[in-house]
Amino acid sequence: MSEAILATHHLQKRFGAVIATEDVSIDLRAGEIHAVIGPNGAGKSTLIKQICGGIQSDDGWVELMGRDVSKLNTQKRARAGLARTFQISELAMEDSVLENVVLGAMGAKGSPWQFWRAALKTPHLIERAEAALERVGLLSESETRCAQLSHGQRRQLEVAVALTLSPRAFIMDEPMAGLGAEGSKQLTTFLDGLRAEAPILLVEHDMDAVFALADRISVLVYGKIIASGTPDEIRASGEVRDAYLGDTL
Amino acid sequence: MRIEERFVNATVLVGLLGVPLWALMIEEPFTITLATRAVILALAAVGLNVILGVGGLVSFGHAIFFGIGGYAMGILAFHAQTYSELDLGLFSTSGTNSMPVIWLVAMGFSAFSAFLIGLLTLRTSGVYFIMITLAFGQMFYYFAISWPSYGGEDGLSIYVRNDFPGLNTLVPFQFFALCFVILCVVLFIYARLQASPFGLALNSARQSRARAETVGLDPMRIRLLAFVISGAITGLAGALFADLNRFVSPTMFSWQLSGELIVLIIIGGVGRLMGPVIGACLFVALEHFLGGFTEFWHVFLGLILLAIVLFARGGVIGLLTGKEGAHV
Ligand SMILES: Nc1ncnc2c1ncn2[C@@H]1O[C@H](COP(=O)(O)OP(=O)(O)OP(=O)(O)O)[C@@H](O)[C@H]1O
Ligand SMILES: [Mg+2]
Repeated sequence: MSEAILATHHLQKRFGAVIATEDVSIDLRAGEIHAVIGPNGAGKSTLIKQICGGIQSDDGWVELMGRDVSKLNTQKRARAGLARTFQISELAMEDSVLENVVLGAMGAKGSPWQFWRAALKTPHLIERAEAALERVGLLSESETRCAQLSHGQRRQLEVAVALTLSPRAFIMDEPMAGLGAEGSKQLTTFLDGLRAEAPILLVEHDMDAVFALADRISVLVYGKIIASGTPDEIRASGEVRDAYLGDTL
Repeated sequence: MRIEERFVNATVLVGLLGVPLWALMIEEPFTITLATRAVILALAAVGLNVILGVGGLVSFGHAIFFGIGGYAMGILAFHAQTYSELDLGLFSTSGTNSMPVIWLVAMGFSAFSAFLIGLLTLRTSGVYFIMITLAFGQMFYYFAISWPSYGGEDGLSIYVRNDFPGLNTLVPFQFFALCFVILCVVLFIYARLQASPFGLALNSARQSRARAETVGLDPMRIRLLAFVISGAITGLAGALFADLNRFVSPTMFSWQLSGELIVLIIIGGVGRLMGPVIGACLFVALEHFLGGFTEFWHVFLGLILLAIVLFARGGVIGLLTGKEGAHV
């Protein structure tokens, strides 16, 4: 098996009496999509925040390319190669689509410390930004104000911004949510190709997408990984059926 | 009604230049002084607009930098006019009457103070940031009051306006023109800054801190630099303001002044290039025309502010151009 790009070790997080993550050790290997599924409130988004920054773990650590990044803040982890997309869109709503993606290109190219040339007239930023928009099919909307985008387009924009970072790993929190059948299908095809560029840790409720895409699936319930394996193994697991999948399959 | 923002901007500048030109022809020097006052207040508010308009942080302590600029001028000119030494420990100086030197000192000290204050305050945001910058402002105010060497509560009078090479700064129109050119240069810098990668980062950190962090940008450092730039511009305005009045006093540090700068921006249009300029012109005009009738002209200012906040969230510029947001 290929080496782990990203690995969590014994992550732990409590909110008062709520145990959000309990001894979570998972990894993400080159070229794969590793799906994390689980019921609402299982702690999936919390796990993502522990990986990408935003929540300090009570215990455990996170390694990216063999380096402990748990003490780094969000922006340093992003620069180290983690690209996160949000369950609820985090975008500069007053700005245009292009400006949002240029922001990502700036982050990737290292520097907001340029004060004179207009960002939207800086060729290497624009090239990078437009290439990302093209890939998610949003190039025609580049002048549109973000606030005027449909819900689905905002989801696409989140992915486009992540692409501009050329990350080591993608961490995606329910990218299909609210996309509709057609949108989910398109994004599924897109993510399928994307894993060759960088592996994807995919939190997703859309089981069709998960079973179509995932190389491995981990099931998180009440903060604990109760099962981990190939899609076939997970499908066959009685425990998972009881805890989560029920009769959706 | 929808007018191109460029057209509005150009009209405002032409008007601001035209009024004192006209006053020059009909020999009304006081009108020129009023216009100069508007230009300087506009400059101070352009400085505030960097951190407030683009950065989204409502600094209620910007009078600090206005006051520092004022006292930089006051102290340097005081030593020059009394031929006394200003002993700074490491070296001593006998002050100066040169405006460019005074401006550099004003901007340097303002920028340095902004850096220190920013380090301490920029971890907060929203109401907390307002309160803590207000608190710093009060500290400076009371310090100035209780500093007897430079006039304490009474302030400092400077008898002759400082010099600028090639100009007679005591001629009202020449001093106006100098201030007007500085305002134009700073507006140009503001516009470049706002469109630059730095401006885009500052602006998006205002809209979504998480978004900026997730692409690897550091909102704290970006805001700190914006605060320093913002303070330096307002400090420069303070030095000019002191030279306009040939007088500095602790009121330059007062919270009322901080509040007025915020009000100027809200009236004109938050984050808009010409917002502070329009706000300052309206402010000075109201102060002059209504202030003649009633001591309570601030009430009218308050009513205008209320109307703008309730009905025209993009300020006067927003009304004219039909665009509410600053960055459409
Ligand atoms: N900042 C917080 N403070 C307190 N409790 C929190 C906080 N964040 C999350 N929780 C709690 O931790 C648990 C896990 O939440 P989390 O958002 O990680 O779940 P999730 O698996 O992402 O759910 P969903 O599928 O609905 O997105 C929930 O019980 C939630 O209420
Ligand atoms: Mg979640």
